[in-house]
Amino acid sequence: MRRRRFRTLVNTVIGLFLTAVMLFPLYWMINVSLTPSHELLSTNPPLFPQDPTFDGYRSALSQQLPSLATSITIGIGTAFFAMLIAIPAAYAMSKLRVRGSEPIMVVLLVAQLLPAVVLTMALFALYARVGLINTYPGLIFANATAAIPLSVIVLRAFMNRIPDELLEAARVDGAGKLRMLHAIVIPLSRNAIITASLLSFLIAWADFIFARSLTSGNEIVPFTLALFRFIGADTTNWNGVMATAVIASVPAILLLTVAQRYIAGGITAGSLKD
Amino acid sequence: MTIQHQHRRVEASGPTSPARLRAAARLSTIGRVAFLLPVVAFVVIFLLVPVVRSLILSMQDWTMRSFVTGEAPFIGFDNYARVFSDPAFTRVAWQTTVFTVVSLLVQYVIGLALAIFFSRRFPLSMLLRSLMLIPWLLPIVVSATTWRWMFHQDYGVINARLFDGTDIGWLSTPELSLWSVIIANIWLGIPFNLVMLYGGLQSIPDSVYEAAAIDGAGPWRIFTSITFPLLRPVSTVTLLLGLVYTLKAFDIIWVMSRGGPVNSSHTLSTWSYQFAFETERALGVGSAVATILFFIAVVFGFFYMWTLRREARQ
Repeated sequence: MRRRRFRTLVNTVIGLFLTAVMLFPLYWMINVSLTPSHELLSTNPPLFPQDPTFDGYRSALSQQLPSLATSITIGIGTAFFAMLIAIPAAYAMSKLRVRGSEPIMVVLLVAQLLPAVVLTMALFALYARVGLINTYPGLIFANATAAIPLSVIVLRAFMNRIPDELLEAARVDGAGKLRMLHAIVIPLSRNAIITASLLSFLIAWADFIFARSLTSGNEIVPFTLALFRFIGADTTNWNGVMATAVIASVPAILLLTVAQRYIAGGITAGSLKD
Repeated sequence: MTIQHQHRRVEASGPTSPARLRAAARLSTIGRVAFLLPVVAFVVIFLLVPVVRSLILSMQDWTMRSFVTGEAPFIGFDNYARVFSDPAFTRVAWQTTVFTVVSLLVQYVIGLALAIFFSRRFPLSMLLRSLMLIPWLLPIVVSATTWRWMFHQDYGVINARLFDGTDIGWLSTPELSLWSVIIANIWLGIPFNLVMLYGGLQSIPDSVYEAAAIDGAGPWRIFTSITFPLLRPVSTVTLLLGLVYTLKAFDIIWVMSRGGPVNSSHTLSTWSYQFAFETERALGVGSAVATILFFIAVVFGFFYMWTLRREARQ
């Protein structure tokens, strides 16, 4: 008995060590964000902030606030737009069993495998013709190409678990299809909808390639692009850079704690089976 | 399901005239299709049209002038000829292979080892396993920025702590840049492999292990003749998906090294982007490279879909 307890304890120690190694870059990001700039420009950077400073955060907040706001706008826009399209689609596929659902599902699965560079170039050529370069809708649509397939997969997998009997009962009571969606399917799928919205937000939040290619100048600069320009300028203000990075990681960490149960399941749902 | 069937049968034998029933059915079909229309429209406009557009683009001479005038002459396969005769092509193709294969294999091996480890029951195992997923959720630009600073020749922690202060130019030496990018990319991919393989391990029933233990099989024997074979379907899906994701990888390379120095860390993905948006604004040439990449991804993508189907049937 004692030996077994010892062995589980050893496992915990190994587990802690592995996690520490894996999360070291994150630790380093936080460490650098709190270390004074002049100490960073040393061949022997301190392993932990000896005299922590919030200068990095101050400069990040004074310079990067607009770009964070831009990212939030695009993220919320993408999440909203994706739900607007994905909820009825998942409902039609899962509960109404519309013919043609299968091929659309295949297209959505394949869409997830489409290299972003292919889309970027085509969208650039198309956007140039219709004036969507440098616009919020342009970026929201581009991000939705990733958000919608994932959302449909997550929502459909969830709606498949809602018993048909519930809908049938409502139908007998004279509820139409829109009413069934509104009164039964959406409330019951609340968790899945939250997950899909958060994932959509995160896709747009993390986007770099569309932001870099479909915008120009300083009108619309999401934080990913701001961060890239920041380091491109060979800055010495690395605690500012890392403070921005830390702030930009907050939504992801929040997401992990709030919706942890659903995320891993949600992301793998489409890839394994539904 | 059953209730719905019964219901339909009742309707069919009801007193309503067949014509009215058919009309009602048609109306109901239209009503149902209406829910699917938005997604169909979106798929057509923002996925199918762009794919076709990109194929056409790869046969056009599209330059910055086209951006203004809207004119881009059709030149057939000239862009492809140019790509294949480019001195950097073989190099980039080889680097793409190395980047993909090495990332994939190492991610898989580490992910599997971690999945097996975290399948053991010990205090904090759940918490630690979910913490391991954080790198997956971070914006890649954020991770790439961090790795870039960690790899910094003069001030990076990797040189300072792991290489005794030697000033190794991880990202500035052509021989090392690809490997630096691969290391960061492996780190990015471990959580995905961990989640997939952990899920797969959970679906292997305990009784199988117990039976093997009774037969006196050691841990290695259990791994080679039970765990690994039973995990094969999940492994296949994980590797195929990982393969396509790795082929697509762009942000990590672009932020860390921009494909340089001297093309040494380009893959087809970043190389195509460079043609299209950087040096020449040659969207046509870039699209030709992207199309090559696309076809490789499609081949493995279909392989993946085929595996999914076969598994669903079993």
